[in-house]
Amino acid sequence: MQRSPEAAAPARRSRLGRAGVYLLFLVGLFVLWEGLKFVGGDPWRYFGIVWHPPLKITTVNDQSLPHVWDIVGAMAGPYRRSADQSMFVYLAFKALYTWREAAVGFVLGGLLGVSLAAAFVHSQLLERAFVPYVVASQTIPIVALAPMIVFFFGSNVMSVVIIATYLTFFPVTIAMIRGLRAPDPRALELMRSYAATRRTILWKLRLPASLPYLFTALKITATASIVGAIIGEGPGGIGDGLGWSIINFNQQYVTSPAKLWCAIFVAALLGIAFYALVRVVELRVLRGRPEATAG
Amino acid sequence: MTGDPVAGASVVRLVGLEKRFDLPNGETMTAVSGIDLELQRGEFVSLIGPSGCGKSTLLRLIGDLTQPSAGSVTVNGKPAQQARIDRDYGMVFQAPVLFDWRTVEENVRLPLELTTYERGARDARVREMLELVELTDFARHHPYQLSGGMQQRVAIARALSFSPSILLMDEPFGALDEMTRERMNSEVLRIWEQTGITVVFVTHSIPEAVFLSSRVVVMSARPGRITQVVEVDLPRPRGVETRESRRYFEKVTEVREALRGGEGHRDEAIPSLERAEAEGLIG
Repeated sequence: MQRSPEAAAPARRSRLGRAGVYLLFLVGLFVLWEGLKFVGGDPWRYFGIVWHPPLKITTVNDQSLPHVWDIVGAMAGPYRRSADQSMFVYLAFKALYTWREAAVGFVLGGLLGVSLAAAFVHSQLLERAFVPYVVASQTIPIVALAPMIVFFFGSNVMSVVIIATYLTFFPVTIAMIRGLRAPDPRALELMRSYAATRRTILWKLRLPASLPYLFTALKITATASIVGAIIGEGPGGIGDGLGWSIINFNQQYVTSPAKLWCAIFVAALLGIAFYALVRVVELRVLRGRPEATAG
Repeated sequence: MTGDPVAGASVVRLVGLEKRFDLPNGETMTAVSGIDLELQRGEFVSLIGPSGCGKSTLLRLIGDLTQPSAGSVTVNGKPAQQARIDRDYGMVFQAPVLFDWRTVEENVRLPLELTTYERGARDARVREMLELVELTDFARHHPYQLSGGMQQRVAIARALSFSPSILLMDEPFGALDEMTRERMNSEVLRIWEQTGITVVFVTHSIPEAVFLSSRVVVMSARPGRITQVVEVDLPRPRGVETRESRRYFEKVTEVREALRGGEGHRDEAIPSLERAEAEGLIG
């Protein structure tokens, strides 16, 4: 039945409540962060007053854990001396570049994963022969594989995309082997009674039935593809993305630790944004299904 | 159209049909054996028997969802496989098996998308089918928003949408409550009388089989055999008054006796619930 207006009000209230919880969590994190620095960090010097924290905890001193406002200040300030662009805008462009690499890898890895799963579901022989290699491929650490991929494909964006693809295809393959086998056996018999071909069964039954599984995998790979792109940018020698910023600010960490924190936060935001994008598409695509509202 | 048998128009012919399954322990289980049966056009035939008598297997053999170990299935003068390829069968299972990503009308349209059914005529046909099962107002709903009985009506509309010549129903109302079930029985009779389709209906309910059928095929278990065929010559159209008539009760008793005989006089093989049900209806 259609959702009644009376039901809409609690839904709105619960959304408000959810926003409140998020906000509360952020405030709690802030209090914890600055609280630790207040009891164990470096001396606070503000408005001519000096506060000497009673304890000495090295992991929360200004070198390891800068003040939140110092990080926010670094975000708003120029990304390097005498630059017009602020750190945030600068990193946002870098993030966009990294996202483009990740997105291409995400799409290619997704297509590869779905294709492999479709092949495996239709041929036990292929499944038995190749699934062990698919699994084995994921046991090689990406930090070991990345330089090799760069060696094979050169220092260019292509290598970065391949690394992102490599991190994406595996969860999609595994989830889709399960998803393409999800239909009720009687649904398959029904298709058989219509004398449907295997291709028709794939398009009309197996693929639609597998979509909830696909989106679960895509939400994992949305973040994994970004990690892959960031890691790949180092050996790949790509200077336009977040990976390079992270390496660069890592080298400047002793003099300005807040800058690396800025890069880390933007990378995290990018991951969350990509995840949220997939989730929005998921809600749209799975609309009308009973399980669609489950996260 | 009366829907009752028209002489000389054989739709389904089963000859010496047998189906064996190889069990994992190396033994062979004979599901059905020595089945000879002929169905006339427009007949409504029920297959009834205790669990494990192979009535569902027999239905699946007719529909070419499984192949016989011996004997032959001829449908509309063709082997069963050809009949399936020609889309002569409409299937309805115990569960509605609707695709939950499709709306009601999209579910009904599914078989039309798979056949050469003319594109422009599909929407009209879907509307016609939804009118037939009286679900026009729910065309845009998703399956999970409907009750079990409504979902099964969608499944029936889907099975009939491409005008198959035979409707195969495997305990379609087994999961429904008694009230809904009786309503669905009347519904199915109405649809059958309107379309003139041949129906093969698997059930383990004696009242249901008698109420619906022109013939009730009584089967025994291990191996599944036909022990008796009961002609049900109750007047049509059938309704509430049919269920309360003496003739109906006599037919219910006849089928029950046939079931008992087929079970080698083992009384407990007859589901006692259904007996109580049948007796309760007359008392």
